[in-house]
Amino acid sequence: MAIANKKTAKILVFSTEKISDPAIDMAGLLKLHYPPTVYTITIPCSSGIKPSWILHAYEKEFDGVFIAADGSDCVFGETCTEKTGNVVSVTHNKMKETDIDPARLRMAAICSVCSESFVKQIRSFNDYLIKTLHA
Amino acid sequence: MKERIGVYICHCGGNISDYVDVEKVRLAVENDEGVALARTTVFACSDSNQNDMVDDIKKYNLDGVIVASCSPKLHLVTFRNVTERGDLNKYTYVHTNIREQASWAHSDDKTGATEKAIRLVKAAIAKSRYAEPLYPNQFEAEKTIAVIGAGISGMKAAASLSDKNTNVILIEKENKVGGHVATWDSLIMSDEKGSELTNRIYTDLQKRKNVTILTNSEVISSKGSIGDFTLKIRKKAQQIGDPIETAEFKVGSVVVATGFDSYTPKEGEFGFSSYQNVITLPDFKHLIDSSSGKQLEYQGKKINNIAYIYCVGSRQSDGENTYCSRYCCTAVIHAANQAKKKFKNIYNFHFNRGIRTYGKQELLYAESLQQGDIYLQSFEDAPPQVYAENGKTKVKIKDILTKDKELEVEADLIVLVTGMVPRSDSSIGTILKLPKGRDKFFNEIHMKLRPVETVIDGITIAGTCQGPKNIMESVNSALSAAAKSYSYISKGILETEPIVANVDTDLCTWCEKCVEACPFDAIIQKEINGKLIAEINNSVCKGCGMCTPVCPPDAINLINYSSEEIMSMIDALA
Repeated sequence: MAIANKKTAKILVFSTEKISDPAIDMAGLLKLHYPPTVYTITIPCSSGIKPSWILHAYEKEFDGVFIAADGSDCVFGETCTEKTGNVVSVTHNKMKETDIDPARLRMAAICSVCSESFVKQIRSFNDYLIKTLHA
Repeated sequence: MKERIGVYICHCGGNISDYVDVEKVRLAVENDEGVALARTTVFACSDSNQNDMVDDIKKYNLDGVIVASCSPKLHLVTFRNVTERGDLNKYTYVHTNIREQASWAHSDDKTGATEKAIRLVKAAIAKSRYAEPLYPNQFEAEKTIAVIGAGISGMKAAASLSDKNTNVILIEKENKVGGHVATWDSLIMSDEKGSELTNRIYTDLQKRKNVTILTNSEVISSKGSIGDFTLKIRKKAQQIGDPIETAEFKVGSVVVATGFDSYTPKEGEFGFSSYQNVITLPDFKHLIDSSSGKQLEYQGKKINNIAYIYCVGSRQSDGENTYCSRYCCTAVIHAANQAKKKFKNIYNFHFNRGIRTYGKQELLYAESLQQGDIYLQSFEDAPPQVYAENGKTKVKIKDILTKDKELEVEADLIVLVTGMVPRSDSSIGTILKLPKGRDKFFNEIHMKLRPVETVIDGITIAGTCQGPKNIMESVNSALSAAAKSYSYISKGILETEPIVANVDTDLCTWCEKCVEACPFDAIIQKEINGKLIAEINNSVCKGCGMCTPVCPPDAINLINYSSEEIMSMIDALA
C-alpha cells in the first residue's frame, strides 16, 4: 500500500550489520514500503548503542528512535539481549528526566529474515508518533 | 579529518535512478565540507568505473572514497579493493546503501526516496571524515566444510570439496542418500537411471577418506560465524528405545542443499482428490517407471487417453506460487514420450499455457510432436476444466491455438503437472538464519553476480533449495557453491574487521564497569604514571561495543563507531 502522501514521522533506526541490516535490505528488495523518513545507522551490535546517541537524535528533532536489536541471534553472545535492554532502560530514565515520552524509543529483535516484521514495527511506530506528535 | 573525499552515486542501471534523482543527489552533496569530487555513474561496479575511480584517487589525491549504491553485502569488498588499488587504506572507504534502503524501499515515493538518498550520502560523508586507516585482524579458519542435504546437489558439492583436499561432513536427514533423483527411473537425455546415477556418486564418496557421511542426521543448532561454525547434529534413533545421539562439529563454512518438495494440489484443484484417476506428475512418473507389460493400467483400469494439465501449483495468478517451476514442461513431455514408447495405444493430450522446454530439451518436444501428441493451450484466466459426465472424466478447454474453439478430451488418466515448492520443513533455514525470497525459497545475495552466496557469511546455497532447477542446473549450482565455500577457507586464515574498542586514557577512571560488560575478557588493568586505567587487548576484542555504553565518563569508543562519528551522522540525517 502506498504511503507516499501520508505525513510521516522522522525515525532513526539503529541496525546491526550482521543480523538486522539484511532484514532491512530484504524489505527493500521485496518492495515492502515504509516511510522514507526512516533512516538507518549501522552498528556492530545493539548492546553497543550509547544512550547519548539516542538523546542526541531527539535533540536533532527525530520523532522516534527504533533499535533493531540482535536478540538471541547476536553473534557476540547471549548477553546481548540483556545488555540492549539495559541501554533502553537507562535511556528511558533519561528521557523521563527531560520530559521526552519514553514510548518514542522502541526496541524489537529483528533477525536477518524479519523483513515483514521490521516493516510492521516501523509502520506501527510511525502511526504512534504521528498520533502523539503531529496529530 | 578527511579533506578530499570522492563521492560516487550509482544509477545501478535503473534500479536506483528509476526512483532516485541521482543528479539531484550529486548536486546536493558536491559542495559539502571535505568533498573534492562527486560523480554519478551508470554502474559503479563495472570494470571501467572501477578503473576511473582508481585514476580519480591518484589524480585528485583523494583521501576518502564513498560509493552510494546497493547493499554493502554485495559490493563493500569490491570498492574496498578499488580503494586499495588507488593506494588508500581500504578502511577509509565508506559505503552507503541507496538501493535496498532508498530506491526500492520507497519506489512508491520518488521525492521521498531522493530526499532520503541525499541524507544517507551526507551521513556517509560525515562518517568518511573520521575514517582512519586500519589493518585487519587474522584468525585460523576451520578447514572442514559441512554439506547439508545428500541429494544430487549435496553429493556433487561434497565430491567437489573432497577433490580440493578439504574434510567434508555430508549430513542427510533421511536414512538414505540420493534425494528425489534416486527415486526416478529414466532420466532425460541419459541412459542411466536416477538410482544408478546417485549410487555411482555415493559409491565414489564412500571411498573418500576425507568425506564423512551422516544419514538419519539433522542439524539442530548452529553457533559461530564464518571460519568457525559449531554445528550440533542429532542422529535419529534407529529403533524405539535407542538413545538419541548428538554430536558437535566445527566447520569453516556450510553448503546448504536441502532440495524441494513437490506441489500437492488442493482438494478439488483440477479434480484432485475428487476423481480417482487424477494424479500428480511424480505419481505418473512412478507409474510409468514401475509398470510392466504392454497395456498401461491405473488402479486396474486400462489407460489409453492421458490428459496432462500444465502449471498446476506454478505461475498462479491467484495463489502464492507465481514463479515458473521450469523443469515440469520437460519432465512431463519426457514422461509422456516414455509412456508412448513403453505401452501400446497411448494418446497424449497436453493442456498447456505455453511450452518451456528450453535449450536442448526442445528435442523432447519435437519428439513428442512427431509422435502425434496433441497440444491445446489456454491463458491463465481460462484454465482447463475437469468434470465427470456419464461415468467418464473429461477435460475441456477453450483452445487459443484454434481461435478459442471449445475442445474436450475424454481422459482415462489426468496428470496434474505439478512444480517444485520450498521444503515444508524449513528448520535449517531458521537455524542458519537464511533469508527467503518472495517465492519462499532460500535467497542468494545477487542472482547474477553472487548466485550461491547468502547474506550469512560462510553459508552458500546449492540446487533446488534456492529455486526450481533441473539436474544439470542443480549440479552446476552445487559445484559453484562448493567452490565458493572452499574459497572462504582455502587460505587457512580469515581476516576480521579491525574494529576494536579504544580507551581515552585521560577520561578513564578504572571503575571496572567495562570489564563486567565485556563477554570476551578483553579488558585488562593498566597503570600509567600512577593512574589505573582500562586497556583493550586487541587480539581478544571482538568489536561488539558492549563496553561502550556502560562507561560512566564515556571514555570508551569503538573504532569506526565513535560518538563523534555517530552523532555527526545523526546531524547529517536530521
